[in-house]
Amino acid sequence: MSKFKKKGSGELPKISTASLPDIVFMLLFFFMVATVLRDNTLMIQNTLPAADQIQKLDKKDRVIYIYAGKPSARYQDKYGNQPRIQLNDKFATVGDVGAYILAERASKREELQNVLTTALKVDGETKMGLISDIKQELRKVNALKINYTTRIGDFTQNN
Amino acid sequence: MGRRSAPEVNAGSMADIAFLLLIFFLVTTTIETDSGINRKLPPMEEIIDPPIIKERNIFTVVVNKNNQILVEEKLMELRNLRSEAVSFLDNGGGLAEEACNYCQGSKDRSSSDNPDKAIISLKNDRETDYKVYISVQNELVAAYNELRNREFMRLYPQENMDYVQADRKYTDPRTDKKVKDKLKEKLSVIKLMYPMKLSEAEPNKTS
Repeated sequence: MSKFKKKGSGELPKISTASLPDIVFMLLFFFMVATVLRDNTLMIQNTLPAADQIQKLDKKDRVIYIYAGKPSARYQDKYGNQPRIQLNDKFATVGDVGAYILAERASKREELQNVLTTALKVDGETKMGLISDIKQELRKVNALKINYTTRIGDFTQNN
Repeated sequence: MGRRSAPEVNAGSMADIAFLLLIFFLVTTTIETDSGINRKLPPMEEIIDPPIIKERNIFTVVVNKNNQILVEEKLMELRNLRSEAVSFLDNGGGLAEEACNYCQGSKDRSSSDNPDKAIISLKNDRETDYKVYISVQNELVAAYNELRNREFMRLYPQENMDYVQADRKYTDPRTDKKVKDKLKEKLSVIKLMYPMKLSEAEPNKTS
């Protein structure tokens, strides 16, 4: 009669932990959904200008990012305060843009290689000279589709 | 009655609660997507024989190094740029086969012949601020969108939306394939009526 012996042991029954995996999964899913994956740590100031005639840039696998702006405060003593280009995690010069685009393009799936967009995330305070140089480089490597990434808002916020 | 232990709490519904919360967060959180102004750069090869364009069909916008906007060599405030661009594009001053039957502009002979001929030329200095450049770009795109919206609403009132909304619906991956095909046709009609001809000159190295 082991059935009775067990019950009579007097110990408190264990709290069921069957739902613990659910809670953990819930948290996991939540963070998976809510976090924006940013593979680049920004080393520059990046206050995007505002615009309202915008199109969404979904399908992240088809986008190559180029950042530009003044180095952020902690890098200023090393890199100065002139606007610079950032590619992946490194500061770069205009001459590096072409090679970067080609390398990024080669790393994408073949069917996507012709539909890539280059997103320019440039700080509003940057001078157009730098952007023109980037655009010339992009033309050289035939990366013609670009997107000036902006905040949502109208032009009066750009002052 | 000592052998009777505390009854086990029923944990069967815990999973339901968890899923409820999960679904709640799934619905309420939005993944941040980037958005911006799409542009296409001209290809690198030089055009050997540039087409001759009449002066009246070009709308020159120059942003100088002091971030001032010059439209047709006259200083202009940014907030007036949109309406000025609209009246240029919508002018429709052409005669005979160059006439534009849907334009509602002033039909001025000294301005653009028709929207197909009208070209906006944007030139900036190397010292221009990026945010000013974006504002100008934004206003010029807005001018095109304004006209496209008007024509879309006029031609397809049954759609009950404007061009920008239709375009957004078309690019939305959730839209049905059949709806997309229908929209594509309509959108391309409108795009043909007001083609976006925005030419960008390379910035001047000097000054």
